[in-house]
Amino acid sequence: MPDTVTVRVNGRAVTVPAGATVAVAILAAGAISRFSVTGHPRAPFCGMGTCFECRSEINGQPHRRGCQILCEPGMNIQSDG
Amino acid sequence: MSIQTEVAIVGAGIVGAACAFELAKARVPVAVIDRGFVGGGATAAGMGHIVVMDDSTAQFALTRYSQTLWDELESEAPATVEFDRCGTIWVAADEEEMAAVRRKSAYYNERGVRTEILDANALREAEPNLRDGLAGGLFVPGDSVLYAPCAAEFLLREARKRGAEIYLGQPGVAIGQGTVSVADGTTFVAKYVVNATGHDAPRLTPGINVKSRKGHLVITDRYPRMIRHQLVELGYLKSAHSIKTDSVAFNVQPRKTGQVLIGSSRQYDVAGTDVDAQILSAMLARAFRYIPSLASASSIRTWAGFRAATPDKLPLIGPWTEDPSVILAAGHEGLGITTSLATGRLVTDQILGRTPAISIEPYLPSRQMSGAHA
Repeated sequence: MPDTVTVRVNGRAVTVPAGATVAVAILAAGAISRFSVTGHPRAPFCGMGTCFECRSEINGQPHRRGCQILCEPGMNIQSDG
Repeated sequence: MSIQTEVAIVGAGIVGAACAFELAKARVPVAVIDRGFVGGGATAAGMGHIVVMDDSTAQFALTRYSQTLWDELESEAPATVEFDRCGTIWVAADEEEMAAVRRKSAYYNERGVRTEILDANALREAEPNLRDGLAGGLFVPGDSVLYAPCAAEFLLREARKRGAEIYLGQPGVAIGQGTVSVADGTTFVAKYVVNATGHDAPRLTPGINVKSRKGHLVITDRYPRMIRHQLVELGYLKSAHSIKTDSVAFNVQPRKTGQVLIGSSRQYDVAGTDVDAQILSAMLARAFRYIPSLASASSIRTWAGFRAATPDKLPLIGPWTEDPSVILAAGHEGLGITTSLATGRLVTDQILGRTPAISIEPYLPSRQMSGAHA
């Protein structure tokens, strides 16, 4: 098993340790996950699936909780900013 | 401590807020008292659908009158109220329900409410995510949705500008003979006390017939344009009317944020606002039957609350026969957001002796005295 995995966050290649979650990749990319309905920037917070702040679009599926999904090679992650 | 006022309103939900709004507009000194915060009960638990209904002529008169009052307020309401005149589509699954569509359309049109009958193709065009094979629907373009807790806040803010006093965090312990006692020992002394505590109203006014009817809602993440109108199955008219048994119906609402509210369920004699997985599953299965793609949406919250149900499905508005200093404004069941403004207006008419725009007779609490003990 390779030590790292490379995904795309908002079109940019990001390499993270194997076994890292999408939330990690978003943080590693210096991105935020989403804007709230009132326009506030939000980033991964609890890391355990409870706070829902890490939602982003993963491989075309909207509103996925990044902290509950492991990065896979070539995964396409689209966050709000 | 004792506080003097003209009218003490217990309950800062949408109905209490509307009463305060109308009374303050008429320059009547009011105090609003609530156990918690503004719009924290059924007002926050429900959907916020401003809808004209036709279960009875009295229900039609009240919902229609109140809708016109909401429409007058639309331009003043701040953005947080999220007023959206998206209209309602009553969805007909089969020919039997299409017959109901035509009856409903005729009833509304005769009374000046614009409607549009949709055939299967027109329905698909209006709501592309509804499943194939539905018979059609009735579009009522004048109906709206709003965010009720912020609407209650808006009404109370307007009331406060005109002198209303708001006391939060203190439950009313007892009311009667022109007084309200609250938990911290304060007594409000008023000419009238309005009981606007929703399903909790019998606690302060024992003897009235108002029962708690539990309902669940789910809100999804943002899926803009997934649905464009408030959608209600016409089968609702069959399921929601059953007084005795638990029921679910397809009733979904688009929010301005792109979120979708999914309802609805009705249960009697259930204590507590815990989410009931079984009825929630039935409710969602019903919704997925109408909008299959909803099944792959993410929900972000699920909750339950209590409607205040009366046996004849009309609210209690007016003086309580056993203590005329107590004005009831409760029992609005699933229509409290719609009928709140008319309730506030009718309560104010009663207190000031003004002639109301619609007859108050069908909503007077005295109707519960004749035969109520049978």
